[in-house]
Amino acid sequence: MKLLSINHISKAFGSTQALNDVAFEVNQGEILALLGPSGCGKSTLLSLIAGLEIPDKGEIYWNGVSLANIPPHLRKFGLMFQDFALFPHMNVYANVAFGLKMARMDNAKIDQRIIEMLSLVGLPDFSNRDVNTLSGGEQQRIALARALAPHPRLLMLDEPLGSLDRNLRERLVVDLQNILSRMNQTAIYVTHDQEEAFVIADRIVLMNIGKVEQIGTPQEIYNYPASPFVARFLEMTNIIPANIQNQAGGKIVFTDFGKFIIKSEFEGKVELLIRPDLARLDDTGPVKIKGYYRGVSFRGSRQRISLQVNRFTMAFDFPSITVLPEIGSEMTVSINPETAIRIFPA
Amino acid sequence: MNKHHRSISILLLWLAPAAFLLLFYFYPLGSIFSLSFSRSQAGFFAPIIEAIKSSIPWRVLGFTFWQAILSTLLTLAIGLPGAYLFGHFNFRGKSLLQALTGIPFLMPTLVVAAAFNALLGPGGWVNIGLMKLLNLNNAPIQFVNTLTAILVAHVFYNTTIVLRTVGDFWSHLDPRINQAARMLGANRWQALRWVVLPLLAPAIAASALLVFIFDFTSFGVILILGGPHFATLEVEIYYQTISLFNLPLAAVLSLLQLACTLGLTVLYTRLIRRLSIPLPLKSTRVTYRRLTTRRSKLAAGVIIFSLLTILIVPLAALSLRSVTRLEPNRGEQTVSSPGLTLDFYRNLWVNSTASISYAPPSTAIIISLGYAITTTVLALLLGFPAALALSRDSTSHLSHAFDALLMLPLGTSAVTLGLGFIVALDKPPLDLRSSLLLVPLAHTLVAFPFVVRNLTPAFRSIQPRIRQAAATLGASPGKVMRYVDIPMIGRSLLVAATFAFTISLGEFGATSLIARPEYPTIPIAIYRLISRPGESNYGQALALSTILMIVAGGAMFIIDRLRIGEIGEF
Repeated sequence: MKLLSINHISKAFGSTQALNDVAFEVNQGEILALLGPSGCGKSTLLSLIAGLEIPDKGEIYWNGVSLANIPPHLRKFGLMFQDFALFPHMNVYANVAFGLKMARMDNAKIDQRIIEMLSLVGLPDFSNRDVNTLSGGEQQRIALARALAPHPRLLMLDEPLGSLDRNLRERLVVDLQNILSRMNQTAIYVTHDQEEAFVIADRIVLMNIGKVEQIGTPQEIYNYPASPFVARFLEMTNIIPANIQNQAGGKIVFTDFGKFIIKSEFEGKVELLIRPDLARLDDTGPVKIKGYYRGVSFRGSRQRISLQVNRFTMAFDFPSITVLPEIGSEMTVSINPETAIRIFPA
Repeated sequence: MNKHHRSISILLLWLAPAAFLLLFYFYPLGSIFSLSFSRSQAGFFAPIIEAIKSSIPWRVLGFTFWQAILSTLLTLAIGLPGAYLFGHFNFRGKSLLQALTGIPFLMPTLVVAAAFNALLGPGGWVNIGLMKLLNLNNAPIQFVNTLTAILVAHVFYNTTIVLRTVGDFWSHLDPRINQAARMLGANRWQALRWVVLPLLAPAIAASALLVFIFDFTSFGVILILGGPHFATLEVEIYYQTISLFNLPLAAVLSLLQLACTLGLTVLYTRLIRRLSIPLPLKSTRVTYRRLTTRRSKLAAGVIIFSLLTILIVPLAALSLRSVTRLEPNRGEQTVSSPGLTLDFYRNLWVNSTASISYAPPSTAIIISLGYAITTTVLALLLGFPAALALSRDSTSHLSHAFDALLMLPLGTSAVTLGLGFIVALDKPPLDLRSSLLLVPLAHTLVAFPFVVRNLTPAFRSIQPRIRQAAATLGASPGKVMRYVDIPMIGRSLLVAATFAFTISLGEFGATSLIARPEYPTIPIAIYRLISRPGESNYGQALALSTILMIVAGGAMFIIDRLRIGEIGEF
């Protein structure tokens, strides 16, 4: 069941168009990630949904009712800020209680709810702590407890892990996912980190300079990127120009590294995406790519090698255990075009 | 240089400033003390007991507090909306507006008093306008000699403190904290009440207390705009000294004043430290917004209009009134038509019989300039070594002690300083009564802490490595000073000099007690002229005020241009 509808929203700040005709929906109990590079308009979108900014064009609906005339404090949405924006003059208890007080909950119930919330985020004894003494991870949890306490109809999280170090981030994103799904909380999660989005989201809205590039599940987006931008954003950088011609035996694609048969609805000039993660380091695949091995960047579980193929440098990922030849030597990799190639019209 | 050597050279640097403070601050203040304690037959504490028994100190103290509280509240009421505007929004003409609103604070008291007189006094624009309009013979609005006049002038003076301190703090406050409150269900007012105001509290309290201190020690405004009915401690000290010659009572009042101002100053520093909450402050690039909605534009318009009205209109009224003639000069047969005239300025150079001093008022300009130049030289001579010492050694107890000591003259009211000079420096061993140095010495006392405050950060900003580099290239310490330090602090030196010069030009409190009648400064001349009847005297007072305003405004402009960092300390 769809709860929130973003209906062709546009917003400009001065001469910069922050959002341009953005539309998507959020379903009951779903975690939707807004993913995109910084400056793509995702935080602006949150401000619009929260009611902190007003859209130039378009409307936002909740359960079919327009939110246009509802001020932020009556929307019953929660927002967890980047850097958390905890109230520095209040202790942990008062921070978490704030939303409950605003809802005029009575004190006994507030006490009870705060105990619940603090144990939910794993900090049951933190009631009386000064928020200025909390570590980054603790602040993050308290901010989550504060946002969740008044039972928001929709929780929005704006880069909630952005300011934390990598290890902590990887741990907290899993915790966050657990807490949100346990509470069956409808949520919008803004991030620029694809891995975070993949872990936490049921669906992803991928954005680029104010526009929606693709909407889909993490699997759909990763396996079927809708545009060269999406592919590049997901670190699939092998995008090369090619030409498809209809010939007797089917469609043939002409590329820098040779020609081969391909299934495609397109003809003429196209761009080919060659998935870096689906190549073999031998010539046993249907399509061979020959070039010179130029170097490697080691990424832990995998290593990404650079292969110079005529004018282009392509990247391919192999397990880190793979033995690599000497730099500068010839190298051949092979791929299956059915799975490893996607075609974008040029 | 070893450590021992070093501390000796720092002590040497303190020699002149310390001697100056001892002779011209502590000695006069001590004389006030002894005057109020020892007076003989009736016993040691006689003057104090006498004073306490009489009703004067309590009545005066009560009124001083009362008007200061009212003025502070009014100033906050006007200043806080302005602070909100400056702290939140970027709009065209903002920096100009900010500069304009800063002008009143640095205007000499006498200029402010004259400005309000030109706007709302019996011969001011509003009254002559109303008289013309309604065909009245007398001024319908009684402004001068009312409490309202005092309050309005104080608001005029101090609003900029609230605008700057609170506005600046507000502009760095992370807007997301407010948004977080809104998202948790707080409406506009609840978010302001429970989240924003508590966070602003230190800034508001600090500015309020500072405003209170200025209102508490206000002198010229109350003397001229309040008239004979209203006396704060400052004014009462002046009356008791000048009119009634009751020096013991004046001394007791001075002590009371001193105790209050020092107490308030200590409270101020404590409060700032106690109330400060560690805040993640944001760059204003993140926090500033534009005026977009119609509502915010309207509100901004109202705020800007009222600020301009309160802060700028009186000064405009002053300069305009000083070139406007409304009635013919006394003794002239022909009725010259009302209109623009430079007569008031010309008359400043005429030694008319109506003139109060035995010289034309223009003499005051020359005297003031002479005093101001002397003050500037003295303040720099004393402030330079003090600032150097403070910057070279910022950790020792000696430095901390001197640092605090330097602020004492600023925390002491000007009239008290003047009284101290009268009491202490009119008899051997230091008889300066007839010396032309007396006034510049008093001005230096006020100006040289400002010089130190301006020069110390400049000295500190020079990295030791630069001096070391000069030394390794063969420069002696003297050469290092000449070719490295002085060129690098040049701008600050100029700012400090301009400060000292302007302070001296506008100083009224101490000067009013110690200036010799035949050597009036510009503020003294304005005071005399404005207390006398007649269009010519009035016009000349306004003309002289306008000249002072332009000089002070020019000096502020120079300071503003030369200053490197942000707003300095008040």
